[in-house]
Amino acid sequence: MDVIEDAVIEAHGVSFAYDTTPVLDDVSFAIGSGEFAALVGPNGSGKSTLLRLLLGLERPARGSVRLLGDDPRNLRDRWRIGYVPQRLHLPPDLPATVEEVVRAGRLARRGWWRPPNSADRDAVDHALGAVALTDHRDRRMRELSGGQQQRVLIAKALVGEPEVILLDEPIAGVDAQSQQLFRESLVHLVEHDAVTVLLVSHELGAVADVLDRVIVLKQRVLFDGPAPDLIAQGVSLGVHADDLPMWLEGLR
Amino acid sequence: MPWPFEREYMQIALVAGLVIGACAPLIGTFLVQKRMSLMGDGIGHLAFAGVAAGLLAEVWPIWTALVAAVGGAILIEWLRAHGRTSGDLALALAFYGGIALAVVLVNMSDEGTGAMLPWLFGSIITVTWADVRVIVVLGALIVTTLVVTGRALFAIVLDEESARVAGLPVDTLNTVLAALTAVTIVAAMRIVGVLLVAALMVVPVATSRLLARSFRDTLLGASLVGMVAVVVGLAAAREWDLAPGGAIVLTALAVFIVTATTAGVARRVGAGPVLPG
Repeated sequence: MDVIEDAVIEAHGVSFAYDTTPVLDDVSFAIGSGEFAALVGPNGSGKSTLLRLLLGLERPARGSVRLLGDDPRNLRDRWRIGYVPQRLHLPPDLPATVEEVVRAGRLARRGWWRPPNSADRDAVDHALGAVALTDHRDRRMRELSGGQQQRVLIAKALVGEPEVILLDEPIAGVDAQSQQLFRESLVHLVEHDAVTVLLVSHELGAVADVLDRVIVLKQRVLFDGPAPDLIAQGVSLGVHADDLPMWLEGLR
Repeated sequence: MPWPFEREYMQIALVAGLVIGACAPLIGTFLVQKRMSLMGDGIGHLAFAGVAAGLLAEVWPIWTALVAAVGGAILIEWLRAHGRTSGDLALALAFYGGIALAVVLVNMSDEGTGAMLPWLFGSIITVTWADVRVIVVLGALIVTTLVVTGRALFAIVLDEESARVAGLPVDTLNTVLAALTAVTIVAAMRIVGVLLVAALMVVPVATSRLLARSFRDTLLGASLVGMVAVVVGLAAAREWDLAPGGAIVLTALAVFIVTATTAGVARRVGAGPVLPG
């Protein structure tokens, strides 16, 4: 593994197993500040487990992970991490507005016990604008399409003004317009706000051509490099290509 | 005060009932959203064991019920959070453990099972201004705690895993919610009784969820429905000589049925005719 001076996301020889079933074996990589990287792999490849390790929700059996230079379980300023969970984690019958959900993402930044102030309200306005949902702020979550709900979760992650964002399967089942808005939001974050982005997915859809790095995982790291190098191996990452998922399934 | 609250015992019931009617659905809104609607029932049975212990030890049963309910609530939450049992199994253990302990303790006391009836079904005639003072203090504790923790509890309801990533003290806040549930039950059991107290936490929330657009409106709406149910239920109990606890809960259920029916009709009218094909 190349040494990256300003690494924001790091895995060093990480192994993990659920009971006796190995999930990750000696996984190492590092993602530098301001990079836009994707972690791809077939179902069961260990990418969701690796994400949980990077977020500090699980502890590696061997090796270590670091996020923003620290063990993620000990990181104090948690607002520096933006996390976009899978949309399916949302309670389907939640009686909450778009604005309420986004505002909840601000708690780590200001302290969860403090009432919101004008800076928090400005941050909510900005985050809603970044995902083109300002006009939907008073709508109920369950009235939105899947793509719109996904954008709300992205705004919830953005509102804390994080330094690194980790997204879990954000494109799955999202309509074309939302994919385009999703791409624009992430490109803006990387280019203007120098935020480091790690996208965990089994399809890259609309963002394939703006990625700096692709890491292919199947228990071990099978590929780690620029997207063009993966394309040179005969894998298409194009906007409408479906051969990346097919290629990944072939890795099973 | 005008009818039906011109008698002192009705005024005592009204003040205590309004505090409970306002607070119980506030806690219930979080429990319903966490799929823990039966939490109140499980803790209620532990409070019942606490009442029996108070009668046996000749201590004011509200204090022993408070200790048993809060201690039990924290234990249930610990069992659930640490994966020792599933949430519903932890509640079932509290249910049966509480009722069995209460039966054993009450048979050991001189008071006999008759002394338990006001606590099981509620009894507004036996409520004193001293009880009301305790209920008001407990109500203030519930509201103040929710003002501070409510936003974080909403984030946990939304997605517990994201709340952990954000560094919120999820386990502590879940324990606070369980303890507040116990406090609410103890505050409410003199009015509606241990057997029905959980209904006052859940039924107004079911009504409010049908109409409210936001989580904040769901909280406020549920609280309003709870207070209306208390006032109308107490009036009905006075007029027709009904059990007040049952009358309050049946009023809350009637409000839910009317609201659900009206909302269903409004939705169908709003959607227009269903076209074939």
